[in-house]
Amino acid sequence: MDTDYVAEILKGSPRAISRVISWLENDDPRASGCMEKIYPHTGRAYILGITGSPGSGKSSLTDKLTQKLRSQGLTVGIVAVDPTSPFTGGAILGDRVRMGDIAMDPGVFIRSMATRGYLGGLAQATSNAVKILDAAGKDIILIETVGVGQDEVDIIRIADTVCLVLVPGLGDVIQSMKAGVMEIADVYVINKSDRPGADQLCAEVTHRVAQDVEIRARQWPPPVVQTVATENEGIDEMADAIQAHRSYLEQSNRLIDKRRERTRDETLQMIHYELFRAIKAYLSRDHRMDQLVSDIMERRENPYRLMHRMLKNYLRLPESDISLNAD
Amino acid sequence: MAEKKIKMIVAKPGLDGHDRGAKLLSRIFAEAGMEVIYTGLRQTPEMIVAAAVQEDADVVGLSSLSGVHNYFFPRVVELLREKQMNDVLVVGGGIIPKEDIPGLKQAGVAEIFGPGTNTETIVNFIKENVRK
Ligand SMILES: Nc1nc2c(ncn2[C@@H]2O[C@H](COP(=O)(O)OP(=O)(O)O)[C@@H](O)[C@H]2O)c(=O)[nH]1
Ligand SMILES: [Mg+2]
Repeated sequence: MDTDYVAEILKGSPRAISRVISWLENDDPRASGCMEKIYPHTGRAYILGITGSPGSGKSSLTDKLTQKLRSQGLTVGIVAVDPTSPFTGGAILGDRVRMGDIAMDPGVFIRSMATRGYLGGLAQATSNAVKILDAAGKDIILIETVGVGQDEVDIIRIADTVCLVLVPGLGDVIQSMKAGVMEIADVYVINKSDRPGADQLCAEVTHRVAQDVEIRARQWPPPVVQTVATENEGIDEMADAIQAHRSYLEQSNRLIDKRRERTRDETLQMIHYELFRAIKAYLSRDHRMDQLVSDIMERRENPYRLMHRMLKNYLRLPESDISLNAD
Repeated sequence: MAEKKIKMIVAKPGLDGHDRGAKLLSRIFAEAGMEVIYTGLRQTPEMIVAAAVQEDADVVGLSSLSGVHNYFFPRVVELLREKQMNDVLVVGGGIIPKEDIPGLKQAGVAEIFGPGTNTETIVNFIKENVRK
């Protein structure tokens, strides 16, 4: 008998959660039907993002923060994203090493994900995994991701509260400023505060935050907290800062706005990728695309005209919306 | 559908305190294109199986140097079966006396690789025997 994966997910079955996440990872056609049925049951969980350089202590903080949340009676889902090697396609996902204390807790579900080359984008893949954990009843969902590339900044946009982890001695602040990562933080966490230079880094970040014109214009001044994840120090302060941000979002209605924006982006992106996939599949049949490319190369066809014709023929939208000049 | 990646848990059950070998193997499997979930030291069979369930692992690789294999390896297989994960390939390595191997295989460990086994042999074995 076939398992009813949706019903099992809604009951919180780890086996069903993990199987459907695999389908998502493999672009298995069974995934989208499940997601459709799961969707009405999402939107309950609060989503936390933890980002920072490799080795900054994200997994250690995730472990300790999860224990804290569990002590408050909350259930936790964790999605830990690590890079796929562009050379081999493989990945080492080592986040569980730091999560030994929560590994056996039935109120915690940990899933590692490699960045791969997801068809609908990494953010989409992560967001789908988060939705499954949400539907499965997890109260808080933690996304751990390395904050360097654009992709990672993108993932973090699925989070309601973003914690940026910085450590002394990495020149992290300068790098983060360059990558535009600094601006996405709702809470700054100075981890490895047992190391020399932590106080100075803390002062520097506090100063930058106070000086940043864009950050200053916001209603939420991002707090800076110091932690020693390995010693479980500062975790209460970190949890309090997150809770304060959550309360701010909820009371100011910003949470609704944020999620509204996210829903809009996500929906458009889903349509974008699915259209792209469908048109590509159609054009790839019988070497149609190869023929078109040859025609274009020999200037018998024109890519601009072709694009316009494709849209006109295959989308039933008002002419004014598919005109090349429409804005 | 995207190409299916092999997901493998690499775990080091038991209490001995160094994991250079397991880390090295993890790197080799990753270089062979697998997604390797490295779980670290001092893993209990229960932890390993919980990880296998949550990660939907295709393979569990167990490395033991401290002589706990006769208990740990069969226990992992047994717990996997309890979770209806019968199709997960379990392989073992480390320092394991020859005379223990038949018993381990009997218990459901697919293969045991001794020290100095060519890593390509291990990778090929996994690729050929993993659930499709
Ligand atoms: N000294 C010190 N080491 C830490 C602290 N937090 C984490 N570490 C260590 O830093 C290393 C990387 O930690 P991990 O949590 O895996 O970092 P991630 O790559 O950001 O997930 C590990 O060896 C941790 O034990 C801390 O507050 N102080
Ligand atoms: Mg990590």
